[in-house]
Amino acid sequence: MSDITAPAYRAIPIIPALKPGAMEGKGPFIATDKMNEALGFPGHLVDDWHDRAIAKMGELLSKYRSFKVFMDACVHCGACSDKCHYFIGTQDPKNMPVARQDLLRSVYRRYFTLPGKLFPKLVGARDLTREILDEWYNYFYQCSECRRCSLFCPYGIDTAEITMAAREILDSVGYGQKYTNEILGKVHRIGNNLGLPGPALIDTLEGLEEDVKDATGFDVRFPIDVKGAEVLLITPSADFFAEPHIDSLIGYAKVFHASGTSWTLSSMASEAGNFGMFIGNYEQLRKIALRIRVAALELGVKRIVVGECGHAWRVAYSFWNTLSGVGSGANENDHFAMMLQKQLDHRYKQPAHICEFTWDLIERNALTFDKSANDKYIITFHDSCNVARGASMGDLPGGQFEIPRNIIKAVANNYVEMPLNTIREQTFCCGGGGGVLPDDLLEIRVKGALPRMEVLQQVADEHGVNFMATICAICKAQFTKILPIYGFDRKVVGGVHQLVSNAIQLGQK
Amino acid sequence: MASIVFAILFYFATLLLVVGLLYRIYIYARTPVPLKIPTTPAPTTTGGVVLRMMREVVFFESLFKSNLWIWGLSALFHGSLALVLMRHLRYFTDPVWGWVDLIQPFGMYAGLTMLLGLCGLWWRRIFVERIRYISTPSDHLMLLLLIGIAASGLMMKFVVHTDVISVKEYFIGLMQFNILTLPADPLLFMHLLMVMSLLVVFPFSKLLHAPGVFFSPTRNQKDDSREKRHIAAWAKKLEASE
Repeated sequence: MSDITAPAYRAIPIIPALKPGAMEGKGPFIATDKMNEALGFPGHLVDDWHDRAIAKMGELLSKYRSFKVFMDACVHCGACSDKCHYFIGTQDPKNMPVARQDLLRSVYRRYFTLPGKLFPKLVGARDLTREILDEWYNYFYQCSECRRCSLFCPYGIDTAEITMAAREILDSVGYGQKYTNEILGKVHRIGNNLGLPGPALIDTLEGLEEDVKDATGFDVRFPIDVKGAEVLLITPSADFFAEPHIDSLIGYAKVFHASGTSWTLSSMASEAGNFGMFIGNYEQLRKIALRIRVAALELGVKRIVVGECGHAWRVAYSFWNTLSGVGSGANENDHFAMMLQKQLDHRYKQPAHICEFTWDLIERNALTFDKSANDKYIITFHDSCNVARGASMGDLPGGQFEIPRNIIKAVANNYVEMPLNTIREQTFCCGGGGGVLPDDLLEIRVKGALPRMEVLQQVADEHGVNFMATICAICKAQFTKILPIYGFDRKVVGGVHQLVSNAIQLGQK
Repeated sequence: MASIVFAILFYFATLLLVVGLLYRIYIYARTPVPLKIPTTPAPTTTGGVVLRMMREVVFFESLFKSNLWIWGLSALFHGSLALVLMRHLRYFTDPVWGWVDLIQPFGMYAGLTMLLGLCGLWWRRIFVERIRYISTPSDHLMLLLLIGIAASGLMMKFVVHTDVISVKEYFIGLMQFNILTLPADPLLFMHLLMVMSLLVVFPFSKLLHAPGVFFSPTRNQKDDSREKRHIAAWAKKLEASE
C-alpha cells in the first residue's frame, strides 16, 4: 500500500484524457462464505450464476422504476462523462458514469430488449460472461453512490441506483464485498458497524464523561439505554472512539447538556450507518433501520436525532419513514407506522439532524459561544455527498447547505468557501463513500479524492485554510487517511460539532 | 404500386409507434417506486415538481448545468425539430390551421438549424474522445438517420421540388383510409422511408428518453419524505409480520 501516492494536481482543472484500463483489477477483497451467508446470500459464486444474475436483474427491473427507466433512457449524450471524481482521478473511461452504467446496460439490452436480442453488436449489447461479472465487481466498487453525475443528467439518471442494482445482483450470486458484508453482519450481531459490544460502549462513555469533566469542570453526561428520555441520539459508531469523530460526539453531549435536554443513546441501535444502502438491498436496509424503531419504542423517546453521518442522514431523512415509520404523516390505518408516530412529538422534525437541533437552539439564543476558541482555525466546509444530494435539513430547500454553515459561523470567526462548482449540490465525494472505504481500495480512494484536494489546496494557499469541517463519519475517516498523502496534516479534517464543542460555554444559561 | 406499399408501411409504423409507446408507458407507470430519491435541489410541493419537470423538458436545465456545447446543440436540434414537426401539420390538415401558417417561414429555416444541430452533435460524437468512447454504432446510425431525414426534406424544399399538393392529398387520404397516388419522387420515397424507420425504432431504442424523463424518480418526486410516509405495495407486505 505504501507505493500509493497522490496524483498530481491539474494545473487548470480541464477534463482529463482517457487512459483505458487504468483501474482494471480484481476489485476489493471478496466476502467469505460466512459473511455472505449471515446476510442470506449464497456463500460464494454459485454454479448457475449466469441465470440467477439475469433473473435478479429482471426482478429488480420489475421492483424499481428508477432502474427500469434509467436502463432505457440514456442517450449517451456525455453530460455526466466528466463529472465523477473517480474518473477525474483515474482517467479510466469505465469510471465515466455513463460507461459505468453501460457495463450493466449492455447486459440489460441483450436479455431484456428486442434490438439487443436481434442486433447485439449494433446497440452495444453483450452476453453476460464471467469476465463481465468480474468487471462489474471491479468497477461497481469504484463508485461511491455519491450521485454527483445524476445532477447533470438531462433525464435524472442516477448512477447510484445502477450501482446498487449491480451490487445487489452480485450479492445474489454469492459475489459479495468483504468490507460491506462483514460490517452488515456486525450490525446485526452486535449492534454497530465497529462491532463494539454494549459493555465496551458503556465503558467508553464513562471514560468520556471523565475526560469532559477534567477538561471543562462540568458533569456532561453520555447516557445510554435511558427509558423515558426525550431524545434518542443515533450516531455513527465511529463517533465512539475514532479521531476526529469523537470530538463531535463530545460536541453533541455539550449541546444537550447546555440546553438541558434529556437524551440517550441505545446499545441496541448504537449505529446510524446503514450499509444496506450501499449494496442496494431493501431487506438489509430495512432490517437495520428497524433496530432504531425498536429502540425508540422500547425507550419511549419523543424525538429521534441523528449524528454527523452522511449516508446515514440520507437513509434517515429520505428512507426511515418508509422503512421503519420514523417520521410523520402516516395514514391513520397504517398500524405499523402509527405505533411509533403516535409516540413521537411532531412539533419537531422526525427524524432531526443534530445540526438542525443545534441550529434551532442557536436561533432561539439558547446557547452561548466563545468564538475566539476557534480562532486558530481558518475553516472551510466540505458538503458530504449524501447530505447534499440525497437529503435536506430544516424547512427550506437547501437547508442542508445553510444550516451547517450557519452553525460554523455562529461558533467561529474565520470561514472561507471553496469554489462554488465543488460545494453545495455540486460537491465532490471524499472518495471513500458507498463502501469504498476499506484499505484494499486505497488506490481508488486516493485518486478519487483529487478534485476535493485540489480545491482544498487552493483555499489553503489563498486564504490559509487549515480546517475542513464536515458532517460525515466516512468523510472524516477517509480524509484522515488521505490528507497526509496529499501533504496535509490529518487533523485538518473534523466535525462541525467539534467546532461547537470548542466554543460552547457551559453553565451560562 | 408504391402508393399501396407506402400506405401499408405507414399504417404499420404508426401502429407500432403508438402501441409500442403506450406499452412502454404502461410498464413505467406500473413499476413501483419503493424509495424517495429526488435529487437536489428538490422541490417540496407538487407545483414545484411541475415547474422542475417543465424546466427540464423545455429548457434542458440539467444539461445546461453540465455542458454548454451539448446543451446548445441539443437545444438547437430539439427546438428546430419541434418547429419542423409543427410546420409539417400543414400536410395533414385542410384547411391549414392559422397558427401553422404563421410559423411556416420559421419552420422552413428550422430544417436548416435542425441539420446544423445534428451535425454538431455528430461532430462531438466523433471527435470528443469521451463521447466517442461511449458511442455505440446505433448512436451514430440514429444521428445519421435524423440527418438523412432533415437533408432529404431540405432538398425537396430548396433544391428539387416535389409535388407537395399531391403529397398532402395522399396523406389526408391515408387518414381517411383512402389510398390515393403518391408522387413517384425518389427523394420523397427516401424521406418517407427514413421517417417510418424512425417511428418503428422509437419504442425500442434510446428515443425512449422522451417518455422516460417524465417517469424519472429523481426529477418527479417531491422532497417530503419526513412529512409523509411513502411506501410501495411490495414493501408494505414485508410489514405484515411485524
